[in-house]
Amino acid sequence: MKVEIFIPCFVDQLFPQTAFNVVRILERAGCEVLYNVNQVCCGQPAFNAGFHKESRAVAEKFLEAFSGEHLVVTVGGSCTGFVRNYYRQLFTGTALSEDVSIKAPHFYEFTEFLVEKLKILNTGSTFKGKAVYHDACGALRECGIKSAPRKLLHNIEGLQLIETEDCERCCGFGGTFSAKYEAISVAMGEQKVHNAIAAGADYIISTDLSCLMHLDGYIQKHKLPIVTRHIADIIVS
Amino acid sequence: MTKTYKQVFIAQSRQKAVDADHRRKINHSLLQSDIAFNKGIDRFSDLQGARKMANAIKKHTINHLDRHLLSFEKKFRENGGEVIWATTPEQAQNAIYSICRKAEAKSVVKSKSMVTEEIHLNSFLSSRGVEVVETDLGEYIQQLAGEPPYHLVAPSMHKSKEEVAALFHKKTGAPAGLSPEQLTQFAREVLRKKFVQADIGITGVNFLLADIGGVALTENEGNGRLSTSFPKIHIAVTGIEKILPSVKDLALFWPLLATHGSGQHITVYNSIFTGAKKNGEKDGPEKMYVVLLDNGRSGLLADPGARESLYCIRCGACLNVCPVFRNIGGHTYNSTYGGPIGSVITPHLKGMQSHAHLSHASSLCGACTEVCPVKIPIHALLLYNRQLSAKMASRAEKLAWKVWAKACSSRSIMNMANGKIKQKVVGTLFSGAWGEHRKLPVFAPQSFNQLWRKQRQVK
Repeated sequence: MKVEIFIPCFVDQLFPQTAFNVVRILERAGCEVLYNVNQVCCGQPAFNAGFHKESRAVAEKFLEAFSGEHLVVTVGGSCTGFVRNYYRQLFTGTALSEDVSIKAPHFYEFTEFLVEKLKILNTGSTFKGKAVYHDACGALRECGIKSAPRKLLHNIEGLQLIETEDCERCCGFGGTFSAKYEAISVAMGEQKVHNAIAAGADYIISTDLSCLMHLDGYIQKHKLPIVTRHIADIIVS
Repeated sequence: MTKTYKQVFIAQSRQKAVDADHRRKINHSLLQSDIAFNKGIDRFSDLQGARKMANAIKKHTINHLDRHLLSFEKKFRENGGEVIWATTPEQAQNAIYSICRKAEAKSVVKSKSMVTEEIHLNSFLSSRGVEVVETDLGEYIQQLAGEPPYHLVAPSMHKSKEEVAALFHKKTGAPAGLSPEQLTQFAREVLRKKFVQADIGITGVNFLLADIGGVALTENEGNGRLSTSFPKIHIAVTGIEKILPSVKDLALFWPLLATHGSGQHITVYNSIFTGAKKNGEKDGPEKMYVVLLDNGRSGLLADPGARESLYCIRCGACLNVCPVFRNIGGHTYNSTYGGPIGSVITPHLKGMQSHAHLSHASSLCGACTEVCPVKIPIHALLLYNRQLSAKMASRAEKLAWKVWAKACSSRSIMNMANGKIKQKVVGTLFSGAWGEHRKLPVFAPQSFNQLWRKQRQVK
């Protein structure tokens, strides 16, 4: 199967290794991975700040990078949810609205794609440790992804998955919110991290690196005994 | 220089977010409501269907609000009640005060009402010599403490039982160290006297019923019934959006409100008032008034982008699930309506320029939208407010987003410079905002894009 991939801008800049792991897993699963090197950001930051014109300018450029012929695998539920759920609104009444209605439904978050499209539940991976899974809001509530990552994680040999009460509660990142309302954002992250530690986890695993980046910032600053990992970094091993 | 609402919000949220005592109390209270809520919604065989139906009814009702309000008015008048239309808080205040004056009322008992908070009725009446006593236990506690309600449904949820006991001791002369049961008994004895003495009972409204000209009131303590049966006059105060086409709609809305508000299958006391005592009836007030308050609601109605916020039935569920509310508490919003729905409507009611920060103070997690019993797309409405506020943004912010758009729509700019230089730029720009509690993320020496080009030899 030919698939296109979208590497969100911050993943591109900060976490290229995870992006390569996604590519590796897809190729191992028999996909031919197509990456358009001209791809840019999806435009979500400006949209969430209320600047639709600026968001649209970036989103137009973004759309050019995808053919509309293949499904697009995205690293993370946040950008996936934004493209799937908000592009229609962003491009209403523009010449691109038809292009959007074709391309936007093609976007799949990585674990959702593995489970729903490739029907892969067991990746044959091994990873030792206890982990909590954090439901990223974009994945959970914008894309409706709840079981796919858990199914994959349950089948990883050596990994003990702990379910926590607060798995669906926001970690506090929220894009520009994390800087504009730093104290609230940190308080939310702090509780997420400490609840995971209290549950006995060595790892916090998620589909979204934005959540993990924020949580990891807190963990590292406070030298806490827990590590964040993107789900692809677990599956690849 | 006086501080802006935003500056006050940031300063207070900074304090509350690290207040361990507040966090402990609020997490304890909310854990109880989470448990109750999860049990409560289990009673619906088809919760999603119920929410969809409620949304459809509210949508229809709000889209024809004028018709339903006029129908209510006509029926309620036929029932012998009086309807007072108030465009502004001042009009509502004055209308209520003039009823007090005409009746030579010295004391008012109140059952829970957020709209009377909105119009600051208590201070208005008491400064004119009318004693106002809150009779909902939570509201009574807040009145003793001199604080506005902390939460739409649970006004004093932020206070521990020890704090309430100390407050009673200090303000009412109750013995020190009473248990919650003893405190309740104590309040009951105080309040019973007030009910009997009061000249006027003022209540809120959960639903106006257009077809029968009725007012539906939901409560758990019986104080609503006492407030409306002892005094000779009953004044119900409500926002114009609290209307349902028919008494039959309560079959859906009562359980939705109860489960989402308090996790109960159905609230303990549900009353429907259709005007004052009729000829030959023994009970009930001699006069009944309904005050219909606009106070900016018709502005929400006129704006298709914000209109859905008028579907709200004030159950408080969106507050309970909101991670921001959980961390900053109800008072930090400094508005009558806190939490997600408050952050949607307050900028419209009080001014977008001065209150847009409430719509920005959200991680957009969507838990509010997910829980709302009438399916208001709350986080999408926050986004809509942000869009409105962007038009009023500073020149610097507007320019920043223009520059961002330029950079992010160009691959060559995104690939410019190496990780070290980017790290320096981002560190300079963001380390302040990212704060002292998180380490900044580290740029990779080369982006995925650059590495891919090299590996797969793409130019």
